[in-house]
Amino acid sequence: MSRRGAIALFLIPSALVMGLIVLWPFVYNLWLSMTNLGLYTIKDGPDFVGFAQYLRLFGEPDLYEYLLRTLIWTGINVVFHVVIGVGLALALNQKFTGRAFYRGLLILPWALPQYIAALSWRGMFNFEYGQINLLLGSIGMDPVPWLSTEVGAFAAALITNIWLGFPFMMVVALGGLQSIPKEMYEAADIDGAGSWWRLRHITIPLLRPVMMPAIVLGTIWTFNNLNVIWLVTNHGEPADSSHILVTYVYKAAFVYYRYGYAAAFGVLIFLILLVLTWMNYRQADKSAYGA
Amino acid sequence: MSPTLKKVLWHAAMIVVVLITMYPVLQIFSISLRPGDQLYSTSLDLIPEGASLESFRTILFEKPFLRWLGNSLLVALSTAILGVTLASTAAYALSRFRLPGQKGILFAILTTQMFPATMLLLPMYLLMRNLGLVNSLVGVILAYTATALPFCIWTMKGYYDTIPRSLEEAAMIDGMTEVGAFWRVTLPLSAPALVITFLFSFLAGWSEFIVARTLIVSRELNTLPLGLESLATTFQTEWANYAAGSLLVAVPVVALFLGLSKFLVEGLTHGGVKG
Repeated sequence: MSRRGAIALFLIPSALVMGLIVLWPFVYNLWLSMTNLGLYTIKDGPDFVGFAQYLRLFGEPDLYEYLLRTLIWTGINVVFHVVIGVGLALALNQKFTGRAFYRGLLILPWALPQYIAALSWRGMFNFEYGQINLLLGSIGMDPVPWLSTEVGAFAAALITNIWLGFPFMMVVALGGLQSIPKEMYEAADIDGAGSWWRLRHITIPLLRPVMMPAIVLGTIWTFNNLNVIWLVTNHGEPADSSHILVTYVYKAAFVYYRYGYAAAFGVLIFLILLVLTWMNYRQADKSAYGA
Repeated sequence: MSPTLKKVLWHAAMIVVVLITMYPVLQIFSISLRPGDQLYSTSLDLIPEGASLESFRTILFEKPFLRWLGNSLLVALSTAILGVTLASTAAYALSRFRLPGQKGILFAILTTQMFPATMLLLPMYLLMRNLGLVNSLVGVILAYTATALPFCIWTMKGYYDTIPRSLEEAAMIDGMTEVGAFWRVTLPLSAPALVITFLFSFLAGWSEFIVARTLIVSRELNTLPLGLESLATTFQTEWANYAAGSLLVAVPVVALFLGLSKFLVEGLTHGGVKG
């Protein structure tokens, strides 16, 4: 088979699946965002309204607050996911008895369906009955009103999502550690290098090519993570003050049935992410993006 | 520090980490043991008063749990096999050949992840309806594969990039074709990345809820997350059954991970690569 033939054989199936299932709905959504599709127009079919929905977005007073909260949410989550995940992967990569057992248990947060885990965390943050406050009480601390204050609800969602997300980074890091040739550590040992030096000059640089795609994608997923905030804060409570961009959009679409508006908001979120990623791409080491 | 003391401290630290990780899971376990469907209790005891395993019996034998399990296994395994096949080949082409617009392709793959997923639901539903794939597990499998592919392609490409091209060139000098070198040389060396990709696409299909809710109508086609949800939407949420079902959902995943983790952490063929 020619080289061209091999390339076609390897690439075309993936391109077809992605083009059909992701690209087409995306284009369709662009069209929706220029209509007034909503509860009152769904029967007779929507009208074309051009960029009217987009103009309304910028009049949205809370837009900047949601954006800021989304950025804080994403930053804190990703840092904790990576630090905890890589740290545990390094620990589990040592040889010790029972490590397969620990490994199996540490993947549990990823193994449970996300919405069940999120609901059970919501129960644990309950003011009166939640185990977190009961535990705090048992060491003599006052109960924390987790779900009824803006800061508390956001913190509760953060804790939940950090718990949910670290096993993924741990698994990726465990795989990445295998791509580091053992000879490099042996050479460092001969030169008398300490463990800190080995971590900084061998492990972290060589882990990068495998970790970076996970980190870039993890950032995007966290930015767009609907489930956790939606379920832990019970749809943005208290009083819609714990929304990030995607939960607000979800509410607009599926609670208020403002489809055209939500479609335009979806496009805006996409553009914000695109610009942020592009800025990072321009600055960062290109290897992070597989170039 | 003596080696024994070091060992003890090491295990103590690991146990603390595992306990913190496990605590919410144990909480779900505790709910599953409670009689009379209480969600809340002011007790910190893990084993509640009047504890029973009744909910596990109910969910396994009185609910169509085994059918949900079968559907979910079919969906998740198909997604995983399809995902690994498509990603391992596409990523190989992206890693080994200089293609026109190479950087553009990789960035475009990334951008497909940036669109809020819920906004794709309505268009995706209409598309599947036109393809006759609404209320069919094939439609769900295709949707999950498409959502899992970008991560899988990126991970595979990142891993291929760490394997020297010279190994394949040597195989081709010995008479293998490009495809043969990929199959016999590169793929076996990429076991850890294949495991990550498999696990990721399996889980994308295993616990997803919203897409399945949108595309599946018949009760016979319910996957596990849909089935569990049906316990919560009857007149009274059956909390104990719900909790027992959630734990049973995690069991196959942990088993799969334990089975695969040998390939993930031992890098068994890596001796052949001298970086």
